[in-house]
Amino acid sequence: MRNPLSERITDIPFSGIRKFFDIAAEMKDVISLGVGEPDFDTPWHIRDEGIYSLEKGRTAYTSNAGLKELKIEIAKYLERRFQVSYHYDTEMMITVGGSEAIDIAMRAMLDPGDEVLIPQPSYVSYEPCAVLANGVPVIINLKEENEFRLTAQELTDAITPRTKLLVLPFPNNPTGAIMQRKDLEAIARIIIDHDLYVISDEIYAELTYQQEHVSIASLPGMRERTVLINGFSKAYAMTGWRLGYACAPKVILEQMLKIHQYAIMCAPTTSQYAAVEAVRNGDEDVISMREEYNGRRRYLMHRFEEMGLSCFEPFGAFYAFPCIKEFGMSADEFATRMLQEEKVVVVPGTAFGECGEGFLRISYAYSLEKLEEALNRMERFITKLRQQK
Amino acid sequence: MEIREKILTFIEKNSRVDLKQLAIMLGMEEAAVANELAAMEEEHIICGYHTLIDWEKTSIEKVNALIEVRVTPQRGRGFDSVAERVYNYPEVNAVYLISGGYDLLVTLEGKTLREVAQFVSDKLSTLDSVLSTKTNFILKKYKDHGTVIAKPKEDERMLVSL
Ligand SMILES: Cc1ncc(COP(=O)(O)O)c(C=O)c1O
Repeated sequence: MRNPLSERITDIPFSGIRKFFDIAAEMKDVISLGVGEPDFDTPWHIRDEGIYSLEKGRTAYTSNAGLKELKIEIAKYLERRFQVSYHYDTEMMITVGGSEAIDIAMRAMLDPGDEVLIPQPSYVSYEPCAVLANGVPVIINLKEENEFRLTAQELTDAITPRTKLLVLPFPNNPTGAIMQRKDLEAIARIIIDHDLYVISDEIYAELTYQQEHVSIASLPGMRERTVLINGFSKAYAMTGWRLGYACAPKVILEQMLKIHQYAIMCAPTTSQYAAVEAVRNGDEDVISMREEYNGRRRYLMHRFEEMGLSCFEPFGAFYAFPCIKEFGMSADEFATRMLQEEKVVVVPGTAFGECGEGFLRISYAYSLEKLEEALNRMERFITKLRQQK
Repeated sequence: MEIREKILTFIEKNSRVDLKQLAIMLGMEEAAVANELAAMEEEHIICGYHTLIDWEKTSIEKVNALIEVRVTPQRGRGFDSVAERVYNYPEVNAVYLISGGYDLLVTLEGKTLREVAQFVSDKLSTLDSVLSTKTNFILKKYKDHGTVIAKPKEDERMLVSL
C-alpha cells in the first residue's frame, strides 16, 4: 500500500504535553498547574444570550465573515480599549478561535520559502502553521535577562532578505511577558524599515497587570502591516465556544476570508450571539477576573520568593515561568519527577520551544486553595531535591 | 478599584483569608491592610464575619421562614421603631423595609414549624402597629449569599493544555 500521509505533516512533531497528560490521567489526587485556560465559567449573562439564541431558533450559518452586529461591537471595543480602528465590514472577520486566525493569516500571506520570524518560548501553533503554509519558520530565542521581551537587536539579527513576517506573541503564553509601548516602537521602526508584516497575537490583551496593553497596530505606520488577532477565550473565559477574530487591511483580510469561506464557512452561530453580549456588557466581568488573577499572581510570586526559586515578574496572561536550572536536570525531567513524586502537573518550558529549557510554565488559572496546595507540594519537592544535592 | 473596594471584594467571598496572604494578593503592607480592616470595622462598613452553613447536611433541625408584614408607620419615626421592635427578637435573622405590596420582610429561623408559627402569632401579630402577616416557609435553599449550596462544581478542564 502507498503511504497515505504527506511528508510535510509527518515531519511536524506532536506537542510535548501528551506524555504528561497520559501519566497524570492514570494517577489519583493529581493537582494541575498545567492548564492554559481560565478556571472561571463564562459569565452567566453571556451564556444566557447563547441559550436565548438557541431558543429563538438562530441555528443557521451566519455570513462568512460573521455577524454584522458582533463585528460592529468589536470595532467599538477595539477603539475604546486599544485605540485601534477597523472597519467592521472590510477589515474584520470572526474566526474559530484565535487558532484559526493564526492559521489563515499565515496561509494568506506566505509563499514557499518566505521566512517567518517566531520568537520563542511562545504558543505552540505558530511554527507548525507556518510550515503548513509553506513558510520557513525562523526562531528567535528570547532571553530571561530581557524578561522574555523581543528586543530590536534580536529582531534585526534574525532578518534576512527572505523574511516576510514577524509573529508578535504578547502578552505571552508561556512566559507571561508583555511588551511596553517603547519596546513596540523599536520593533515597529525595524518592521517598517525592512518592509515586513506582523501577525500580532493579542489574545491575552485584557490580562495585563502593570499597565494597559498596547497594540502594535496602534503605532504610526503599523496598521497597514499588521494582522491583529484576538478572541473571547481568555478575556471572557469562553475557550469552549471557539470564537476569535482577526483584523487586517482589506487586501489581506479578503484573502483570509477566502480560505475561511472554503475551509470553515462561518464561526459557530450560537457563540457569535453570546459574544455580542460579552463585548457589549462584559467589561465588569473582565475587570473582576483580572483582579482575581492579579491577586493569585502576587501570591504565586511571593511563594516562589519564599522557596528561593528565581522567576522574573510576569505582567501578562496567567502564567509564570520560573527557572529551575539550579537543580541540574532538564525541564522535562523536573516536570516528570514532580508529577511522579508529588503529583503536581506543570508544563516544561521546552514544550514552547527549545529555549524554554530550564524553565517551567506554571498556570495560575486556579482557585487560591488549589494554588496553595500545589505550591506546598512543589516546595516539598524542591526542598527534597536541594537536600539530595 | 479603590483599595477599600479591593479588600472588601476579596473578603466578601472569603472572610477567613489570612491577613498576610490578603496583603500579598493586594500588593500591600500587612500593617496597612490591618489598619484598613480595623477602620472599616470601626466605621461599621464591615458588620460581621459569618459562616455559611448547609444545616440540611447536619442532624440539626432548622426551619426558616420569610414573613411579609404590613404595618402602620408611626408619626415622626416612620417604620424604624416597628422594625426595631421586630429585629430585637433573637430568632429574627433579618429585617428589610420593602417597597411594594407590604412593608417589612422578616426572615426567621426556628427549630420547628410550631416554634415559628408561635412567634408569628404570639409576638409579631400582636404588635400594635402590625396590620397583617403572611408567612412563607423555605422548603430548600439552592443559593445563599452568592454561593450555590449544592455540591461545588468539579474542575472539568483537561489536566494539561497549551
Ligand atoms: C497565545 C495564544 N494564542 C492563541 C490561542 C488560541 O486560543 P483560541 O483558539 O481559543 O482563541 C492560545 C490558547 O491557548 C494562546 O495561548
